[in-house]
Amino acid sequence: MRHYYFNLRLVNLIVLLGLFLMNDSCRSGKKSQEGKEVGLEDFLTEEDIFDDIDKAKKIFYSLPSPLETAMLIKSAGASYNESVLNALSNVNNYSTNKSKAINLGIYTTDLSFACLFEQAQTSLKYMDVTRQLATEMGINDAIDEETMKRLEQNLNKRDVVMDIISETFLNTSAYLKENDQQEVAAIVLVGGWIEGLYIGTQMVGNNPVQGNNLVDRIAEQKLSFSIVERMLQDNKQNQLGEENRDIVELINELHALKLAFDKIEVQTSAVKVDESDSAKVTLLRSQTKVNVTPEAFLELQAAVKSLRNNFVQ
Amino acid sequence: MKKYLPYIVTLTVLVSFSISVNAQCKGFAKKLCKLELTGYIHDGNYHAAILTEGEEAELYKTFYSGQSYRLAVCGSEALPAIEYQVVDAYKNVLFDNKQHDMNGTWDFKLESSQQLKIVIKVPVSAQKTEFPNSGCVAIMFGFQDK
Repeated sequence: MRHYYFNLRLVNLIVLLGLFLMNDSCRSGKKSQEGKEVGLEDFLTEEDIFDDIDKAKKIFYSLPSPLETAMLIKSAGASYNESVLNALSNVNNYSTNKSKAINLGIYTTDLSFACLFEQAQTSLKYMDVTRQLATEMGINDAIDEETMKRLEQNLNKRDVVMDIISETFLNTSAYLKENDQQEVAAIVLVGGWIEGLYIGTQMVGNNPVQGNNLVDRIAEQKLSFSIVERMLQDNKQNQLGEENRDIVELINELHALKLAFDKIEVQTSAVKVDESDSAKVTLLRSQTKVNVTPEAFLELQAAVKSLRNNFVQ
Repeated sequence: MKKYLPYIVTLTVLVSFSISVNAQCKGFAKKLCKLELTGYIHDGNYHAAILTEGEEAELYKTFYSGQSYRLAVCGSEALPAIEYQVVDAYKNVLFDNKQHDMNGTWDFKLESSQQLKIVIKVPVSAQKTEFPNSGCVAIMFGFQDK
């Protein structure tokens, strides 16, 4: 009789485990609060979009990828400065899963940045360290010999190199998410995003804050920071309810950054859809108010520098 | 040990099935959905999951001013055409593919940076089946080189 119950419980356990495994990376939970009423004349802050989040559904959080981050920095007027990138020789310093994941993100942003500024040889070197870290993390097929060969053969074709970077990042993210390592995938993304902030804030240097496109672009990252927070909170526990120490540690490390972003105001108006473009590209008309004082920017710059330097040590 | 063998086999099959289904999803996103971004550079992010008829998903992302984006939402063959809406923080629907011939892609650019929500729904197929169909759904973003 005892065996029967034991076997029955074992079967239940297997079925439950099976259901867990068949489920995707996204988290489920209780339905949250009802959405609040807002007037069209209001400006909303970065948290308002999450008002009616329904966690009974699959939820995805999307951060700017390393490639998009590098593009955003470049299009805001940044110039190329190799000295701000994480040194290639640091790659052998990373021994923990968390430091490998963060620096995989950091090196991928550095690689994207070098590629966008057509630094062929630097791109090749950064692809190599990215590959080393990915391999150490068990992601062997993200960047294979074939990819390296294709990169070498097309080093001077920026569009091909961008495509290779995009594909290797997709391989990495897909591998991690499909092998129940969503938490690691989140850490890689955060690492890449922080590196973008670091490069951007370093490029501003001592230049005036007011009327500076790059500063505005960096301040607008407050919108993505709220997504970072949500994504990390959702990945704090694994599917078995166990706490992920790396994520908890990362949330704590981001606290100074949160305090710095709290001093920056970013408000967005409602969006008006304009479909008059003959090229069939819809224009979304809206206003975003960004208020960043020189003091608030200096605090953000210092917080980012301290955080990033701690990551790359 | 022998008596646990059936359970171990079942577990192995389930794990293999899960890995195989997920791997198909990666292949679907990479080989099929990414083609929808032709003319744009895929950002490299991977958002794909197995969804069942009637199931919904949401994606949150910040889009930046001055960038031209393409959104591609794709569902595998087993599923009916995927419905999706793009919504702003004020809950205004900016795009609904039901109003655009169930188009799987949408090209847009922004005057100023915005957080937007993409709401995905797998409709229930008109053809009655014993079990609801499940399949891969991928959401991909491309931007233009500047």
